[in-house]
Amino acid sequence: MKRNIFLVFAVLVSFVLQTTVGKWIAFGGISPNLLIIVVAASGFMCGPYCGMFAGFGAGLLYDLYYGDLLGYYALIFMYIGYMNGGFKQIFFKEDIKLPLILIMVSDFLYGIVCFVLQFLLRGRFHFPHYMMYVIIPEMVYTVLLTMILYPPLRSITLRLEESRFELN
Amino acid sequence: MNRKRRKITIPSKYLLLGLTVFCLALMCATFFTDFLATPLSNVAGGVIIPFQSGVSRIGESLSRRKEEVVNIKDVMEKNELLQNKIDQLVMENNSLQQDKYELNHLRELYDLDKQYENYEKIGARVISKDPGNWFSSFVIDKGTKDGIGVDMNVLAGSGLVGRVIEVGDDWAKVLSVINDNSSVSAMVLSTEDNCIVQGNLETMRSGMITFSKLVAKEGEVKEGDKLVTSYISTKYLPGILIGYVTEINPDANHLTNSGYMTPAVDFSHLQQVLVVTTQKNAIGALQEGQQ
Repeated sequence: MKRNIFLVFAVLVSFVLQTTVGKWIAFGGISPNLLIIVVAASGFMCGPYCGMFAGFGAGLLYDLYYGDLLGYYALIFMYIGYMNGGFKQIFFKEDIKLPLILIMVSDFLYGIVCFVLQFLLRGRFHFPHYMMYVIIPEMVYTVLLTMILYPPLRSITLRLEESRFELN
Repeated sequence: MNRKRRKITIPSKYLLLGLTVFCLALMCATFFTDFLATPLSNVAGGVIIPFQSGVSRIGESLSRRKEEVVNIKDVMEKNELLQNKIDQLVMENNSLQQDKYELNHLRELYDLDKQYENYEKIGARVISKDPGNWFSSFVIDKGTKDGIGVDMNVLAGSGLVGRVIEVGDDWAKVLSVINDNSSVSAMVLSTEDNCIVQGNLETMRSGMITFSKLVAKEGEVKEGDKLVTSYISTKYLPGILIGYVTEINPDANHLTNSGYMTPAVDFSHLQQVLVVTTQKNAIGALQEGQQ
């Protein structure tokens, strides 16, 4: 329970930071994707349920403020959270390689989906450009930020989870 | 306890399917109607907007503090130089002020600028930006309470930023002209030829957006010409500066031209904007009423 409250809180904080501080820390016009970090992490740390709801919540927030269609980002983030949840079984808390790879792949997939649905379908065919200047920079920046943000996120989440068992 | 909980829970894949259907239904609902989005956004706006407002204020002051520390030496040297310059400029200003009176007087005679300079404007602060890197719409801290409505034009400095597309009690979402899915009906100021200005993420990397469908004779429109909003636009007030032509190429059909233009507004450092509360359709109604 405590853990879930913390994850809701983490999603809210990351959304607020993303929309406000995002532009201050933008590097060459590209800001990192904090929402992906939180959604993917809650997926592989706490399983598909948790990832699914974290993704749904984060995406819905995004839709309410910046989406053209309500439910569009909710759908994308929900699937990202769910798919990351499938990796819970091979997740060790000491291992940082798996989280990094998962978050990297998640952000890459997110970039591709955004490109295909919002740009390619409107006739913007120059994929290499968007790949080089939007998708990959965002991915690299997000992974770099993961190295800083993931350890505290992990230790708080796992501690809250342990304390739940102690209470029972 | 645990066993009990496991009994009630639905397998996650069914839940995923359910939520997927729910999302798709929401998308359809918002695509065909807009009954759902606005009240929901308003509810969410009441929760998140105060935080965003606060954090962006802190961010602003922090980055200003940082610059202060870095630049203090520079500033002290510059201060002296500038003080000298002020004296010089005060003198100049006085003479310009006199010119201005004369200009205003002449303008009144010509009855020219009445319509465009008397738009009522409200200042607003940018409090949050689209979290993704694909689009560049943003949210400002004024809403219906301050008299802001959908489709009002947004300016910064002297250039066009975009228009309000969604509005809540004390926030409004602005679609900027550089957004990849935005297009503005524009005209070349010198020749009054119409064209369409479209935002483009790809060319925005080099600070430009595109324009197309410009019907003009070869050589008539040159680089550096001003592009302003056109009279035939349904959403934008006429005569607002959008930017300058940077490159113009004839299209394959030899009838129209297209090319690149540089926006007049620096979109990467947007903090304060002006919202014009006069609306295009309101002007039309007013004029009709007068007739």
